[in-house]
Amino acid sequence: MDDATVLAAGAETIPREAETAGRHRSRWILRRGLFGLFTLLVISILIFFATHVLPGNAAQAILGHTATPARVHQLERQLGLDRSILAQYWTWLSNAVRGHFGSSLAANEPVTTLIGSPLVNTLVLLGLTALIAVPVSLAVGVLAATRQNGPLDAGISAVSITLAALPEFVIGIVLVTLFATQVLKLLPSVALIPPGQDPLSSGTAMILPVATLTLAVIPYLSRLVRGSMIDVLGSEYVTMARLKGLRPRTILVRHVLRNALVPAIQGTALSLAYLLGGVVTIEYLFAYPGLGSALIAAAGERDVPVIQAICLIFAAGYVIFNMIADLLTIYVTPRLRTQ
Amino acid sequence: MTSGLAPVLGEAQRAPGAGFKPVPLWMRILRGSLHLWRVRIGLTLAALVVLLALIGPALAPHSASAFAGIPFAGPSAQAPLGTDALGRDVLSRVLDGGRTVVWMSLAAASFGMVLGTFFALVAGSSRPLVDDAIMRMMDVLLALPVIIFTILFISLLGPKDWLVVLLVGIAHTPQVARTARGVTVEVMQRDFVRAAQALGVARRQILIGEVLPNIITPLAVEFGLRIVWSIAAIAALSFLGYGIQPPAADWGLMINENRTGLATQPWAVIAPVLCIAAFAFAVNLVTEGLARTVAGVDRSTRS
Repeated sequence: MDDATVLAAGAETIPREAETAGRHRSRWILRRGLFGLFTLLVISILIFFATHVLPGNAAQAILGHTATPARVHQLERQLGLDRSILAQYWTWLSNAVRGHFGSSLAANEPVTTLIGSPLVNTLVLLGLTALIAVPVSLAVGVLAATRQNGPLDAGISAVSITLAALPEFVIGIVLVTLFATQVLKLLPSVALIPPGQDPLSSGTAMILPVATLTLAVIPYLSRLVRGSMIDVLGSEYVTMARLKGLRPRTILVRHVLRNALVPAIQGTALSLAYLLGGVVTIEYLFAYPGLGSALIAAAGERDVPVIQAICLIFAAGYVIFNMIADLLTIYVTPRLRTQ
Repeated sequence: MTSGLAPVLGEAQRAPGAGFKPVPLWMRILRGSLHLWRVRIGLTLAALVVLLALIGPALAPHSASAFAGIPFAGPSAQAPLGTDALGRDVLSRVLDGGRTVVWMSLAAASFGMVLGTFFALVAGSSRPLVDDAIMRMMDVLLALPVIIFTILFISLLGPKDWLVVLLVGIAHTPQVARTARGVTVEVMQRDFVRAAQALGVARRQILIGEVLPNIITPLAVEFGLRIVWSIAAIAALSFLGYGIQPPAADWGLMINENRTGLATQPWAVIAPVLCIAAFAFAVNLVTEGLARTVAGVDRSTRS
């Protein structure tokens, strides 16, 4: 499309309007995508300079404190640490974009092979959590909103205030105490999955980690659903539908749910982004071989290339989940497509 | 000149019908929230936990690092809550291990509030370009979850208390700035701020004298939320081994040290879990009550 179309699109004809809406939308998506890339670029600078400017030399870390200065110098040259910091950043970034994060200092293996299966495991953990947390939160939020200020709503609110206050690992420890050690001995308290094995085939091992993350995220998501449900329930078109004498169930399904779902969709993607933080402690608690456990292990050994790669992946995950949230929102809200 | 102006302009902030002695809005919200049971319970519980953390070390029957029996021994007269993984008295370590979580989470939340509010006030009162630049930088910072941001730096600089406080505070800054900027922009458009601007009052004085007092209630709610999140982050960091270092006693650390004995000596884990849970729950209750009161007052002044 050229400039003339843009000018013409101002005319108030319906197809033209739809056309501008489309243009606006794609321009908005493009801007959103560029901001996502910009975010990742800034984060990559932060991560790289944090790991290079701060005290603690990678060569020294590999060789230990007993190494001679000559040996340290030699290794620094091998690792390219004697080049300018900008040249090093450029090399690192251009490799990282192509998926090459260098070699692990501790394991002497390419970082990419080292974190490949943890990445899959973490995605499986997050995916299972979302699969359970989203429908449950929807049900809880709708229940609470339709019985607003009643005893059930108060009960749900009390439980979610408690759960929302607790750190994820505390929820995890309580679940382990209840279901794996003290009260019932039903489930394994660790989720050790051998490398290369599909976490889904490990049966009961996944139950407690997924349950913990689910319980951590339900308060936020269900509250979001409840809030938007209450907004919609109080709106004029719902009152109108009631006055028309439609059955409550029809109003709920056809008018309320459809509109209340919009924030829920965005909330789901945002809570996945939020869960990225919780995943670290939960994987550590259950010894689940995901990215969080890999980060803790790498941080303990000051394995800089692995730390850099994992931090960058977490940031990328956050950016991607947020973009999905925004995209879904503009596709389901017609009003927003033109803004 | 400006100091004489402030009380006159301040009249605009007060709700009509407050009587002869106008009560500041935050005072009314504080009083209103104290009528709520959740706020009363929350304040009491939080005070108890802080008291336990402060005077606990003086009450401890044993030293936090002294051996009181065999590892993972059950409760006895010697050790009412049994012993931990190394045979130290659990009760003494619980009494001694609260200070760090309490002061570090309060300090981190306060630091994040100050930093976030500062950026918000500057952004909300600047040209759109500066405003956008500041807020976009805040958005960028959000991309690293608190725990990952902290681990990244701690793993390189070593675990130090003040560093954990600084990092958790910085990690909270974007969220605070988002909330505070929203309300700042709203207040900046009110008549009393316009009047002060027209009179040529300096920006800094408008921000401190006019805007800040008017955004104090949403900031108080945000502060409560930040404390809850800081407790979670700081306890989690200790649990992961990036906070308080052994042999010091700390609730988060104790959970990690003793979780292998959960089947034989659960008290060594349950006691610190209950303490952290009680503290976070109490602060969340108060925050929740405060938020409800603020929402209620907003509704009553608008309609």
